[in-house]
Amino acid sequence: MNILVCICHVPDTTTKIKFTGTELDKNGVQFIIGPYDDYALARAVELKEASKGKLTVLNVGEADTEPTIRKALAIGADNAVRINAHPKDAYFVAEQIAAYAKDKNFDMILMGREASDYNGGQVHGMVAEMLDMPCIVPCMTLEVEGNTAKMGREIEGGKEYVECEMPFVAGCQEPIAEWKIPNMRGIMMARKKPLEVIEPTSQSAPTEVMAYQLPAERGNVKMIDADNMDELVRLLKEEAKVL
Amino acid sequence: MSVLVYIEADNNAVKKSSLEALTYAAKMNAGDVTALVTDKAENLEELGKYGVKTVLQVNDEKLSTRPVSAIASAIAGAAQKVGANAVVMSRSSTVDAAAPRVGVKMKATVASNVVALPQNENGFVVRRGVFTGKAFADTKLEGENKILTIAKNALAVDDSLSGSATVEAFVPEFGAKDFAIKVTDVKKQEGDILLPEADLVVSAGRGMKGPENWEMIENLANKLGAATACSKPVSDMDWRPHHEHVGQTGIKVAPSLYIAIGISGAIQHLAGVNSSKTIVVINKDSEAPFFKSADYGIVGDAFDVVPKLTEALEKAGI
Repeated sequence: MNILVCICHVPDTTTKIKFTGTELDKNGVQFIIGPYDDYALARAVELKEASKGKLTVLNVGEADTEPTIRKALAIGADNAVRINAHPKDAYFVAEQIAAYAKDKNFDMILMGREASDYNGGQVHGMVAEMLDMPCIVPCMTLEVEGNTAKMGREIEGGKEYVECEMPFVAGCQEPIAEWKIPNMRGIMMARKKPLEVIEPTSQSAPTEVMAYQLPAERGNVKMIDADNMDELVRLLKEEAKVL
Repeated sequence: MSVLVYIEADNNAVKKSSLEALTYAAKMNAGDVTALVTDKAENLEELGKYGVKTVLQVNDEKLSTRPVSAIASAIAGAAQKVGANAVVMSRSSTVDAAAPRVGVKMKATVASNVVALPQNENGFVVRRGVFTGKAFADTKLEGENKILTIAKNALAVDDSLSGSATVEAFVPEFGAKDFAIKVTDVKKQEGDILLPEADLVVSAGRGMKGPENWEMIENLANKLGAATACSKPVSDMDWRPHHEHVGQTGIKVAPSLYIAIGISGAIQHLAGVNSSKTIVVINKDSEAPFFKSADYGIVGDAFDVVPKLTEALEKAGI
């Protein structure tokens, strides 16, 4: 099986988000593999090992993303590709991935359901449309039998189980697999694995962030005595008007 | 200019979130609003009161499971038919998956998770929720065609317009691979209220000490007619199923009322719940960070407070 996993490079989930003008303030921010991409990567490593296949990891980013890419290699990807560009928006990233993947005969292209920074959730669908492939999102279970992929996803009111022939694209989320933590051997091997840097093939990015806003702070919390739940019920009814 | 709105219906009735999308489209003041429906639905003429001029209704049994690629073809085809240069849709499992495909088909610029009406002073700018609820990005969209997916509860439904919509049959053209994904089974969750759609949520964390203590949480949720949720450690320890995990890497919720019991309020958890209208925090640790993000706080032992709250609701006739 020949698998491509696309990862993004995002602030750690514990980051307190601040901005300097229209840029994220990166001071003191730790960067990680996108948490949803990390689930996709974990499942891809399992499928690759079971099928003795090949796993390529791809990131669209500048040189500062290389530690994140090396981590994906340490987790179990065989080789990596970095498309050397600032990931301007979802369309820009999708065009790079589609251009790279179109003649590589991948059986599946996996990524997270969305990036945890810009939350677009568009790249998987755009790549699939550009390559005329089916796309499943959010992909929460994934098994392969012969040339058929069987997947489960959550829909309104329950779960849907689907199947399609390979190749396909999927935007993954838990519980597709558990995150894998690289071991020392993986980290040592990752240093020697190939990381190819290629230049972007197109430049179109139809969206641009003009300004960031932080959400309004909640007003001061109103403390209620633990023995006075009648008062809480009254406030929820009369003040908050949510009951 | 005109706007196309893809709407969804359950049990023959148009979903509330789709009515929000219609209201959004009407308030854009960007010309006629056309609605596209591929689900079975009745009384579509009444959509006139949300500002809809024409409803395109697709009657095709193959679309009953909302196959994403085929829905995307129907949306792009309908937009072309009516000459719409904006498509507005409320977020759903279908819309989240279809919007990027429609964007590529229509060579349109896509903005997802939009939380407010566009500003037109300096180009077409929409506000999107980003960093999982930790920030908003005012985003300028270039190009002739635009696709917007609207966050739930982004604006209130307005049914104050008058007039009746004209309903027309529409037969979309499908691509060769539009039905490449076969649905083999659908398991509807019976009984419980579904978390992503719930208006009231009762959520509990490690403070509950073990899965055997969830009965009081379920009793409170039943009393309120609320969905149950949990924090990440709880689902990681398999005390509760993964589909109840609320937070940055789980489900994001935006209910009217979120009651957090025995959850300290890690930043990843807050990211999944901070769009809730009202937050109540019950925690025995008065220093729990969640109190800073709450509207109402109770310092006390969950095992003592939760049954008392259920009782107080009972007494108040809820």
